[in-house]
Amino acid sequence: MSDATANQLLTTADGKPLKSALARAERRARHRAFLLVLPLLAFILITFVTPIAQMLHQSVYNEGFTMHTEIGSGERTPIMVNIKEWFDQNPAGTEPDEAAFAALAEDMKTLRELRAAGSAGTRINYERSGTRSMFTKAARNANKLEPPFKEAFIDLDEDWTDPALWRVMRDASSAYTMNFYLAAIDLTKSPDGDITSVAQNRQVYVTLFQRTLFLSVLITFLTFALGYPVAHLLATLPLRYSNLLMILVLLPFWTSLLVRTTSWMVLLQSQGVINDALVGVGLLGDENRLQMMYNQIGTVVAMTHILLPFMVLPLYSVMRPINPSYVRAARSLGATSWTAFWRIYFPQTIPGIGAGALLVFILSVGYYITPALVGGASGQLISNLIAFHMQNSLNWSLAAALAALLLGGVLILYWLYDRLVGIDNLKLG
Amino acid sequence: MNTELSKNQATASFRFSLSLFALLSAFVVLVVMNARASGLIEAATAMLVTSAVAAGVAFVLVSVFDTKRTAMIVLGAMGLVLGLFAGGVGMAIAGAILSVLIAHFVFWIHYRHYRDGLPNYLSSNEILWHYTYLIICAVIFVFLIAPILVIIPLSFNVEPYFTFTEKMLAFDPDGYSARWYDLLLTFGMLEPDAPRDMSWWADAWANANWINAAKNSIIIGFFATILATTLGTIAALGLSRSEMPYRRAIMAILISPMIVPIIIVATGLFFFYSKVGIHTWGIPYFGVVLAHATLGIPFVIITVTATLVGFDHSLTRAAASLGADPVATFRRVQMPLILPGVVSGALFAFVTSFDEVVVVLFVGALDEQTIPRQMWNGIREQISPAILSVATILVVISILLLTTVELLRRRSERLRGVTPH
Repeated sequence: MSDATANQLLTTADGKPLKSALARAERRARHRAFLLVLPLLAFILITFVTPIAQMLHQSVYNEGFTMHTEIGSGERTPIMVNIKEWFDQNPAGTEPDEAAFAALAEDMKTLRELRAAGSAGTRINYERSGTRSMFTKAARNANKLEPPFKEAFIDLDEDWTDPALWRVMRDASSAYTMNFYLAAIDLTKSPDGDITSVAQNRQVYVTLFQRTLFLSVLITFLTFALGYPVAHLLATLPLRYSNLLMILVLLPFWTSLLVRTTSWMVLLQSQGVINDALVGVGLLGDENRLQMMYNQIGTVVAMTHILLPFMVLPLYSVMRPINPSYVRAARSLGATSWTAFWRIYFPQTIPGIGAGALLVFILSVGYYITPALVGGASGQLISNLIAFHMQNSLNWSLAAALAALLLGGVLILYWLYDRLVGIDNLKLG
Repeated sequence: MNTELSKNQATASFRFSLSLFALLSAFVVLVVMNARASGLIEAATAMLVTSAVAAGVAFVLVSVFDTKRTAMIVLGAMGLVLGLFAGGVGMAIAGAILSVLIAHFVFWIHYRHYRDGLPNYLSSNEILWHYTYLIICAVIFVFLIAPILVIIPLSFNVEPYFTFTEKMLAFDPDGYSARWYDLLLTFGMLEPDAPRDMSWWADAWANANWINAAKNSIIIGFFATILATTLGTIAALGLSRSEMPYRRAIMAILISPMIVPIIIVATGLFFFYSKVGIHTWGIPYFGVVLAHATLGIPFVIITVTATLVGFDHSLTRAAASLGADPVATFRRVQMPLILPGVVSGALFAFVTSFDEVVVVLFVGALDEQTIPRQMWNGIREQISPAILSVATILVVISILLLTTVELLRRRSERLRGVTPH
């Protein structure tokens, strides 16, 4: 190649500079790859990300006290407009005056017409119990309310002057609120708007978060303690044996969760197989059978069993390629078998321990089915409380706030998992 | 010379092996006597006598028989006869197996076969630890598998109990029945007691609760699998290309349905579906199918990208250079290589849908009863052994699926030339 051609710009057959042609081809390849992923990405965004975003919205937005939606027609009518106006004009902490009660009386008439007193009262009731009946009663008598309105309301119920009630109504009069997050960590607002913790006997959520964390750590540790020897055995045996034994790990992995939970119920109940066996062998008297179900023991045992494969599989995939000659070399240099294991073998398995422990922990923090079936009262986790608020107490915003906190924790762990292990290394059997 | 040596070894280890057998048998007797709540003197006598007998039997076995095999056969036959006299066929089989094992154990200990295959530099303590470790592993394997296996015999219980009755333990056929499987068919039928002709089966097919649940589960699982597998496979092809932009972030989003707690997914879908009014669209199962497809997608992505790891992209370029268009390249070159991954991903997705209960509980219409939902209700309300028979059927299905997936995995590894690790 002569100097003249070397200095010339390299071009493609149709005369374009090679560099830009290459850049174009690469861009096209990128677009093609992205186009393949796009349908699934759109699908996940619609069926997964949007619903979760909607849930997060629900956790800070509750229009129970601002808007009434007619069931059936879906017609939306603003409610409590007069009292909202009064709240806007007067700063927080103002003693409710006659004008405030007049506005409230006006709003009660609207509630009566729309039959919306129950739902509006329910929104207030989330933060101050006993309020729902006050609202329905006031709306029932809305047409009989006459000035002076303050006395008329006090005649209905003395609690209408309670500053805490007015604080809650002020907060609820705008649909956006952080109060459900406060409630989710056992905090509340005092009448002057300061954040304080709720009464001792009503603190449930922090305890439950702590219990969820504690049980998840315990379960993670147990799966490690049980999974490590098994993974080590599978990794050191010749393949034809280890493939056979691997089935014993994979079969539970493939078996329905409900089936495994049912089996544990059969085993653990007081008239169940384990208790019968212990009584039969004479280790246990018939009258003091062990109570292993409907408490934390049930949750821990069943979840350890269910999550064990998630620990064994990552450990196994890290242990299998470890070269046995390192340990032999250590032994030949005079290390005892314990030293050789602890100083040579164990450090090489730490990536597997990290992967397995993180995975098991992430999965156990959000567990729902097993605690719901075998946990009883003391073995419930945070997921069960979310389900309770969704299905029984119908305090959906609080459920959403609890779910958002749980989701935040899980996503941090997931991010950590991706950084330390890499999602690509997730293996299934 | 050689026989001389082994004879010497034998005499040297008599003290060790015989005392070990004596101790072990004494321990077994202790447990049994404890179970029967016998008196102290009685128990002590029994222990002494048994350990003497055990040591004697072991001594005779080792001295009389040259090889382990003859010892096992003779002792096994004796166990068979003794068991037959003691009580029935069941006892005979148990006795034979037990005696064969005992003979094996005696020879194994006495001739130090336990050192076979282990490095010869191990001290006796290390050998002891090695076998302790094996026993620990065995216990963990039992912990893993026993809960699944224990429900199978219990599902044939004649009594409505969740424990082994005495008749079952004695292998008495009267203790077993298929009545709970029958209940699966008849529960919810209009006329369960009618003669079992064509119309009875038609009634079962149309009205039996569990059959309807199975139909719903299969329909939902089928469509969710199709959706998840199609979208997931196409996306995995894109994700495994080196040119893919934002690969890591997109992968993290696509895998997240597996990580996010199911209750959060269900809660979010509940709000979303009621907002868009999916129930008013009139498409049956639509909401549940979409949700289950979402939950199955991570599995498809993981299994398909795993088969694409180490995929030689010059193969597709070679196909293109030989004149194949992209579709033909995919169909004739890529597809056969990733097919095992696609099929196991599809099986994973199907199992995920087939096993899913929380989303169905939250967003499923009342008539969308699936097998897990029916099980859930059954466990919470009127738990009957019928649940165990459903569970047994599901276990059998999962054994079949596991076998399929394992075979596919090996086939894929053979195809791609990856040695199994």
